[in-house]
Amino acid sequence: MNNKIDVRNFNFYYGDFQALDNINLAIREKQITALIGPSGCGKSTFLRSLNRMNDEIASARAEGEVLLDGKNIYADGVDVVELRQHIGMVFQRPNPFPQSIYDNVAFGPRVLGQARKNTLDDIVVQSLQDAALWDEVEHRLHNSALDLNPGQQQRLCIARAIAVKPDVILMDEPCSALDPVATLSVEDLMHRLAETYTIVIVTHNMQQAARASHYTAFFWLGKLIEFQETRKLFMSPQEELTESYISGRRG
Amino acid sequence: MTRQNMNKLMIGMVSLVATIVVIPIVLVIIYVVYNGIGAINWEFLTAAPRNGMREGGIMPALLGTVFLTFGTAIVSFPLAIAAAIYLAEYAGDNMLTRWVRLAIVNLAGIPSIVYGLFGLGAFVLFWNLGTSIIAGSLTLGVLTLPVVISTAEEAILSVPQSFRTVSLSLGASRWQTIRHQVLPHAMPGIITGIILGLGRAAGETAPILFTVAAFYLPELPKSIFDQTMALPYHLYVISTQVPDMPLSNQYGTALVLLMIVFSMTLVATVIRTNMRRRREW
Ligand SMILES: Nc1ncnc2c1ncn2[C@@H]1O[C@H](COP(=O)(O)OP(=O)(O)O)[C@@H](O)[C@H]1O
Ligand SMILES: [Mg+2]
Repeated sequence: MNNKIDVRNFNFYYGDFQALDNINLAIREKQITALIGPSGCGKSTFLRSLNRMNDEIASARAEGEVLLDGKNIYADGVDVVELRQHIGMVFQRPNPFPQSIYDNVAFGPRVLGQARKNTLDDIVVQSLQDAALWDEVEHRLHNSALDLNPGQQQRLCIARAIAVKPDVILMDEPCSALDPVATLSVEDLMHRLAETYTIVIVTHNMQQAARASHYTAFFWLGKLIEFQETRKLFMSPQEELTESYISGRRG
Repeated sequence: MTRQNMNKLMIGMVSLVATIVVIPIVLVIIYVVYNGIGAINWEFLTAAPRNGMREGGIMPALLGTVFLTFGTAIVSFPLAIAAAIYLAEYAGDNMLTRWVRLAIVNLAGIPSIVYGLFGLGAFVLFWNLGTSIIAGSLTLGVLTLPVVISTAEEAILSVPQSFRTVSLSLGASRWQTIRHQVLPHAMPGIITGIILGLGRAAGETAPILFTVAAFYLPELPKSIFDQTMALPYHLYVISTQVPDMPLSNQYGTALVLLMIVFSMTLVATVIRTNMRRRREW
């Protein structure tokens, strides 16, 4: 299986504070990779390093390499804006724009000039179908996205992200604001999306990582402690720290 | 005294003070309406002044003020939006930005006659525009900049950060994010600011005194390089410079000016209230 993203000797700093310490990690193509670890261990920082959203933070500084399809996204002359078109992101709280459902999904393709009016309709329909939301919103595409329930809103955010046709989708605790039923529907959706996309998901919910991912990376205080197939990591962890964390004795 | 009584007393006093503040404003309005309403009729609004301005109407001054208001908007709108976008979205916390902010705050406190003299020096004489609608519009435009920039910046900053983050994460550039996500959500607030600024500009006399306003010019201007009459200056003229001026004519003019400024403030308030109610974030 191919490595979609290859992280090599990666360090990350907020000013003087080192948030990530020499991370080496390969993310497989069209697989779901879960990032787990206690709050503040650097999961979100790591995730934002993959689409360079950390560039927006003034004090932030990165060292090392992140290879996307073999090309270092931190190399000089990389177009960050273009990079982000290949790597979509879904956030912790469902955050649709206060616009119609249609306009939310159409925002990316419209702004990036990817589509004319007739193809735009197709993109919106396709994205909503892929995000398993179409049946619920088919008849109210032009209603406000804020009328949807949180679970639907989060799937709308996923539709909005896939409308620009990325290869990778980053999700930062996408279910933490959702009830169990909505959580399961998003996990279902992730599995279907993994046929097409490479998915990296941060979660502090270990059951979710165990249920929903193929690979799991365990972070602790800015270090990558263990990275394994999910089944192996949870059944037979190699590191003591991992074991005590997943068994609930730490964290 | 019990706490409840103290509470009642304080509320009572604060309400009383608030009422006292409002009374003079209401009295002024009642007074102007009472004395001016009789002068207002179709001829007053649509005819040029006659007989040394003692008869006829105020049409050239009224239209002049309308032209100047539009001119001011055209000058102020793009400059203020550009400045507000710069301050809210691009400016770092550096020396230049701090100076720009300081300048804006101070500009807001400068007496309007100083703007008039600045307009005379810069636009009328140095740019050689003469006393003209364009020179007056530029002067009034500069006058409105501080308030319009401040409200526009506030409107831009009130758009939640998460909208920008999402837009950037979708691969939109900084400018595309501002253009397609931030500005549309900030626009009602920006427009409110512009209208408030224009309301102030429409009522100002000093800035137009040397830059555009004509003492008596019954014909309408033919281009933006002509002088024009304007309501505030016309009111000043007929109140102080014309002997035997009928009082009702003066108050009628004042009433029209008041209505213009009031209705602009009203429109701005309605837009703002509407926006606050509809805003869902
Ligand atoms: N913008 C920031 N500026 C400074 N420090 C930050 C910033 N964001 C996160 N941190 C710090 O970096 C560490 C990792 O944070 P984060 O990546 O959010 O952890 P997690 O997502 O695992 O909870 C924490 O100690 C946090 O305080
Ligand atoms: Mg986090």
